Amino acid sequence: MSVRRLAAVQPASFAFKPATLKAAKVWMENFPAGKQQSAVVPTLWLVQKQEGWLSEPAIRAVAELLGMPVIRVLEVATFYTMFMLEPVGEVALVQVCGTTPCQTRGSEDLLAVCKRKFGPQNHRSADGKFYWQEVECMGACSNAPMAAINDYYYEDLTPESFEKLLDDFAAGKKPKPGSAIGRQGSAPEGGATTLTDPKLFDGSLARKIKVPNLPSKVKA
Amino acid sequence: MSVAGILADKDRIFLNLYGQRDWGLEGARARGAWNGTQDIVAQTPEWICDQMKASGLRGRGGAGFATGLKWTFMPKQESERPHYLLVNADESEPGACKDRDILRNDPHLLIEGCVIACKAMRSHQAYIYIRGEYVHERERLTAAIKQAYEARLIGKGSILGYDVDVGLQHGGGAYICGDETALMESFEGKKGQPRLKPPFPAGAGIYGCPTTVNNVETIAVVGTILRRGADWFAGFGTEKSTGTKLFAGSGHLNKPCVVEDAVGISVKQLIEDHFGGVRGGWGNLKAVIPGGISVRMIPAEEAEVALMTYEDLQARGSGLGTGTMIVFDKDADLVKAIARASYFYKHESCGQCTPCREGTGWMWRVMERMVTGEAEMSEIDMLLDVASQVEGHTICGLGDAAAWPIQGLFRHFRHEVEDRITQYRARKGSYAGASIAAE
Repeated sequence: MSVRRLAAVQPASFAFKPATLKAAKVWMENFPAGKQQSAVVPTLWLVQKQEGWLSEPAIRAVAELLGMPVIRVLEVATFYTMFMLEPVGEVALVQVCGTTPCQTRGSEDLLAVCKRKFGPQNHRSADGKFYWQEVECMGACSNAPMAAINDYYYEDLTPESFEKLLDDFAAGKKPKPGSAIGRQGSAPEGGATTLTDPKLFDGSLARKIKVPNLPSKVKA
Repeated sequence: MSVAGILADKDRIFLNLYGQRDWGLEGARARGAWNGTQDIVAQTPEWICDQMKASGLRGRGGAGFATGLKWTFMPKQESERPHYLLVNADESEPGACKDRDILRNDPHLLIEGCVIACKAMRSHQAYIYIRGEYVHERERLTAAIKQAYEARLIGKGSILGYDVDVGLQHGGGAYICGDETALMESFEGKKGQPRLKPPFPAGAGIYGCPTTVNNVETIAVVGTILRRGADWFAGFGTEKSTGTKLFAGSGHLNKPCVVEDAVGISVKQLIEDHFGGVRGGWGNLKAVIPGGISVRMIPAEEAEVALMTYEDLQARGSGLGTGTMIVFDKDADLVKAIARASYFYKHESCGQCTPCREGTGWMWRVMERMVTGEAEMSEIDMLLDVASQVEGHTICGLGDAAAWPIQGLFRHFRHEVEDRITQYRARKGSYAGASIAAE
């Protein structure tokens, strides 16, 4: 369990931007009538996209929108670690995976880069541009070590390529997510050794087939 | 033609695993997705379940429960309580990164599988619960669902003759939500704290309605299995572990990757053929965690002969789990690796059950002292005792999962920890009880 509390300093108010509200309503309609509480995590996430973090007034606003007691929304906001409860970096939120598969491939060196550049984790950097933290498994283990920067995955990193990436963000660039060493998705380095049979892709698999093992009397 | 592994290209299910080709509807159709689906959903639920049973498919999320059998647990009659299929795309097991490739590169196989599985359990609504961090994957899946609606493959008035709605839900970064009952709590907009069973999900799941929770890979293979025949799928692997499966490799490998091969491939061949071998050569292998971090590790001697099947790995005190292995070479600090895993469980415990909430933190703190060697020799047995008291005494499997990596470490590498403690003492000129006396 991780202990998570709201930030000491809170803004006076919160207002949904029209786009946020529209997207939240789509989520609310995604669930059966009367079950709008199901949209709480997606809605909080949308608010976080709008503001960068979740403030106490924002949590109240979400509770009002979904017709939930404030405490239930507060509970959710503090339970799920994707929700940032204090302002994050203006340029980037950097989340470096530190769990065992990434650790075995050198994530500790990536953490050291962040520490050197931005100071201790879970704080804004001195210039306010960055906020970094070590997070638990992000589910990209075959492309370890990796970091998620502003939601997208940057994979197969080395301390050098990671530092360059962060410098690019600082310089206002938008580096392309994915493998830093040019791998295609999770294919092995140097190219896939499977799925090379051209017959798989010549359209022959789309030809009309007879489904096998059907019962003798087929219903229309 | 491929020569790596034991599975020929023509028998692979995930043909766009690496995203080299069009993930969209047109591309998926050209690779055989949605082919014959209409004839399949025209069959009775019983026929579909029987075929799935005959295929021997077992749940790919880790527990390995027979899929066809699971589907038959759903009520045989539709009532005012709708039936739900909930697809577990909350992939968070350290080592596992296979479902991600389905979600981003072959989403139509998953959507097609949802339609067929819904027919098998008399459901008209599937939801896919995807982990919050998979933002890119969620965008892909959203787009693929939109395509399927536009082509009227899903939704009201489906051209397939059976209406299924497919919706999305996303999480907020909690490993615990991979447990099926925590997933349902989270789905309903609550903290992801597991529910007691019974009632089982097939009786009362989301919103109190009959629900079946299946892993992404389990659902995504359904269409191809029925298209090619249950006997085709059952022809791979062993009697108890059939079919093809996605495997992932991470850790000290030359070329870690995700790959599909037949269940029953040996650990050694999987590593050598697909993952580019162990860093420094096969002789440099120290241990393998074969099924995601929750299963116990096996040492190199066993990895030499072990097979990627449920029964073989279970007999070695480990498990196939999600089929996603973490490999350690001789330079690896296994104690540190497992201590990090313990931190993971401490971080991800939901806090509901006392043995897990208190135990995971305690085990992590002791593991950290084992890493440096400052622990007491007697604490090894105390740690194993606590681990065995956490194991099996919690609502969900997280307590077990936290205990197993530690048990695996001490089962095979206890001497390493003992050496470390001895060396620490020698260095410090310490005496038994020193750390207690110092407090």
